[in-house]
Amino acid sequence: MKKSVILGAMTFAGLAAGAASAGTLDDVKARGKLNCGVTTGLVGFAAPNANGEWEGFDVAVCRAVAAAVLGDSSAVEFVPTTGKTRFTALASGEIDMLARNTTWTFSRDVDLKFEFVGVNYYDGQGFMVPKELGVSSAKELDGATVCIQTGTTTELNLADFFRSNNISYEPVPIETNAEAQQQYLAGACDVYTTDASGLAATRATFDDPAGHVILPEIISKEPLGPLVRHGDHEWGDVVRWSLMALIAAEELGVTSANLSEMAAGTENPEINRLLGTEGTLGEMLGLSADWGKNAIAAQGNYGEIFAKNIGEDTPVGLARGLNAQWTEGGLLYAPPFR
Amino acid sequence: MSDTHAHSIAFVRETEIPPAPPPAGETGPVKWLRENLFSNAVNSALTIAALLVIYLLLSKTLPWLLNGVWTTSSLAECREVLQGKTGACFSVLTERWNQLLYGFKYPSDQYWRPNLALVLLLFAIAPVLFFDLPRKLLAFTAVYPFLAFWLIWGGTILAPIVALVGFVAGAFVFQTYGKSSFAVGFFGAIAAAFAVWIIGGMLIPDGASDNAMLQAVPSRDLGGFMLNLMLGVTCVSLSLPLGIALALGRQSDMPLIKWICVVFIEFVRGVPLITLLFVASVMLAYFFPPESTVDLFLRVVIMITMFSAAYIAEVIRGGLAALPKGQYEAADSLGLDYPQAMRLIILPQALKISIPGIVNVAVGLFKDTTLVSVISMFDLVGMIRGPILASTEWNGVYWELLGFAALLFFVVCYGISQYSQWLERRLATDHR
Repeated sequence: MKKSVILGAMTFAGLAAGAASAGTLDDVKARGKLNCGVTTGLVGFAAPNANGEWEGFDVAVCRAVAAAVLGDSSAVEFVPTTGKTRFTALASGEIDMLARNTTWTFSRDVDLKFEFVGVNYYDGQGFMVPKELGVSSAKELDGATVCIQTGTTTELNLADFFRSNNISYEPVPIETNAEAQQQYLAGACDVYTTDASGLAATRATFDDPAGHVILPEIISKEPLGPLVRHGDHEWGDVVRWSLMALIAAEELGVTSANLSEMAAGTENPEINRLLGTEGTLGEMLGLSADWGKNAIAAQGNYGEIFAKNIGEDTPVGLARGLNAQWTEGGLLYAPPFR
Repeated sequence: MSDTHAHSIAFVRETEIPPAPPPAGETGPVKWLRENLFSNAVNSALTIAALLVIYLLLSKTLPWLLNGVWTTSSLAECREVLQGKTGACFSVLTERWNQLLYGFKYPSDQYWRPNLALVLLLFAIAPVLFFDLPRKLLAFTAVYPFLAFWLIWGGTILAPIVALVGFVAGAFVFQTYGKSSFAVGFFGAIAAAFAVWIIGGMLIPDGASDNAMLQAVPSRDLGGFMLNLMLGVTCVSLSLPLGIALALGRQSDMPLIKWICVVFIEFVRGVPLITLLFVASVMLAYFFPPESTVDLFLRVVIMITMFSAAYIAEVIRGGLAALPKGQYEAADSLGLDYPQAMRLIILPQALKISIPGIVNVAVGLFKDTTLVSVISMFDLVGMIRGPILASTEWNGVYWELLGFAALLFFVVCYGISQYSQWLERRLATDHR
C-alpha cells in the first residue's frame, strides 16, 4: 500500500481541486458538477441517509443551485466540512458555495471576505427546560444551572441576557451537542441553551419529548444562509436568485405538483418571468431560460423543502415562526422577479 | 534384625498407612479461595466489595445487552419495542453496518474489493510478521501494495503497474551502482524511478479509468473502519523504515544529515498531530494551484507517517543507546563497513530491544487515525459522529455505536500487542 498512494496522488490529482479563478459559474459549468460545502451531519439540515444520499434543508439549497446552473439536481459533489474547516474550504476554492447553517455576521461578511447571498433559516438562541421545573419564561431562571457549549457565540449571548435581566446563573461548560444531551438528561443542569432549531432536534431524540419545553424567549439573532466568496458577483447572483426563486415560488403558489402546469404559461406575469416563459431573466444570469423552473423542480418550493426536512410533521418538528412568508407574518421576503 | 524383636514387640506394621485425604480446608477450590481471596480480614473485605461492584456492573449491563433490539429501523421503533424496559438498540449496527465498515459512499456492489484486499493483506503480511515462513512468500508482499491500491481505488490497472515498474527500475539501478558508491546508487535509483513514473504517466491515456475493469473510486468516497485500517497499515509500514533511517541519521557523524534528522524529529514531535492534520487538510490547499492538489488521503498519510516516524526514531535511538559500545567495536574489528555492521550486528539487537516501544507507537498510531474525523473524513468515528448520529432515525444512540467502535479497535490493538509478546519470546536469546 505504501507505494500505491504515491501513484494515487498522480491518478487522483485535481480531484479535490476547486476553482478559485475568476468565473466560478464558468468553472461549475465546465466541470459539470457543483462543489457544495455542507456540514458533516446535522439532523434535518444535512446528513446522508442509509443509501448514502445527502438529504436535508441545507442540502436542498445546493441541489436547487445545481439544478438552476446545470439542469440536474444530482450534479452536486457534497463536501462535508466541520465548523473549523468550512471557511478555509470556501476561501481556497475547494468548494463553490457553502450551505452549512452558518450565521451571517458582520465579521464573516466583511473581514473573512465572504458574501452571504441571503437567509434560508432565521434561527435564534433559545432555552429548553424539563416540564416538571414549572418554568414558563426564561426570566424565571434565576439561579439555574445552564448547560452551554463553550467557545460559541451562544455563551456570550447567554451572559448578556442574564446580565441585562439582572438574574444569576451557573454555567456548566460542555464541548459538543451530544455531550450536552447526556448532561441535560442526567440532570447535571436545569437548562440547556443553544439555537432553537438545535433544541428542537435534540428534544426530538429524547425518550419522552413531551416532558421538556422550549421557552418562548429567543435571545439572539442567528440568520443562517448560504455564502460564496467575495468578489465573484456573477456567481453570487446565481446562488442568491436560486434561493430567492424557491422563496418566491412559495409566495406565488408554485409547487412541485403544479410546476409543469404553470410552466406552460399563466396569467401572472411574475410567475411567467420566474419560470422562464416570459422575459430574459435566465439570460441575464448567464443561465438557460428555465433555470427557475429547474431550481424549483429539484425539491419543491421553500415551503415544501421546509415541511419535508424540518417541518412540524418531521421528528425535528419546527414551526415556521420567523421563517414564514412576509404575507403570513414571517420574515421571508423575496425581491421582485422583474 | 526383625527376628531379634519378633517376640519382644507385639506388632510391627509391614505396609505403609494409606495416605489420608487432606483436610477439607487445605485442598481444591476451598484452599484456593482461602489463600487468594480470604487470607485475612482486609482481603476478605476487599473480595466482598469487589464482588459487590461486579454484581452492580453486571446487573446494569447484562439486561441492557441481552435485551438488545436488533431488527428495528429507527430509535423511536426501538423504544416502542422495549416499552420502557432497559435494553440496547443494536439495530443501528445492523442497519448501518456497511456504513460503519466502508463509509457511506463506497459503491455497495464493490464491497468485495476491500474485503479481498483485507484477506490478501493477511497473506502479504504473514511472511513479514512470522519469519519462519518460507522467504519466497515475500515476493507477494512486494506486489501487494500495488494490488491493494488497484483493488480499493479501482481505475486503470496501468497506474499501479507503472508505479511498480518505477520501483523495480529504482531497485535495479541501486543494485547495479549502489555497490561501488552508495550516493550514486541512491540518487540514481530515485532518478530512474521518477523517470519511469513521468514517462509512464504520459503513456497512460486520458480517461483510461473511465471504462476500467474495476470502477474507479475516489479517495473522498472511502470511509468507515476500512479507512482506519488503511491509514493504520499504510502509516505503520511506512513509518517503521523512515523511523529507522531517522534514528540512524541522528547518530550519524555527518553534520548535515545529523542536523536534518534532529530538526525533523524535534519539530514533528513538538507539534500536535491534530495541527499537522489541519495543515494537511486546510493549509496545503492554499499552496497548491487549484487545479492540482494532492489527494487528501495521501496528504493525511504523509502527515501521520511523519508524526509516527519521529516517535519511532526516538524509540529506536533508545535501543541503539542501550547497546554496549563493545558491539560497535566488535563490528569494526571484524572489518565490516557501516551498512554491514548495522544490518548484521547493531540493528538486529537494537530493534529487539525496541519492540515494546515500537508496538506502543503502532497501537497509538492506529488509534490516532480516528483523529481524521475532525478534518471531515468519515472514518469509523467520523461516520458515527457525523452521518449516523445526524440522521433523524438514529440521533441519540451513543453507547451502542461508540461501544461497537471501541470493540473493533480493541480487537485490532489487542492482536498487535499479543503479536509483539510472541515476537519478544521468539527472539529471546538470553538464557534465563
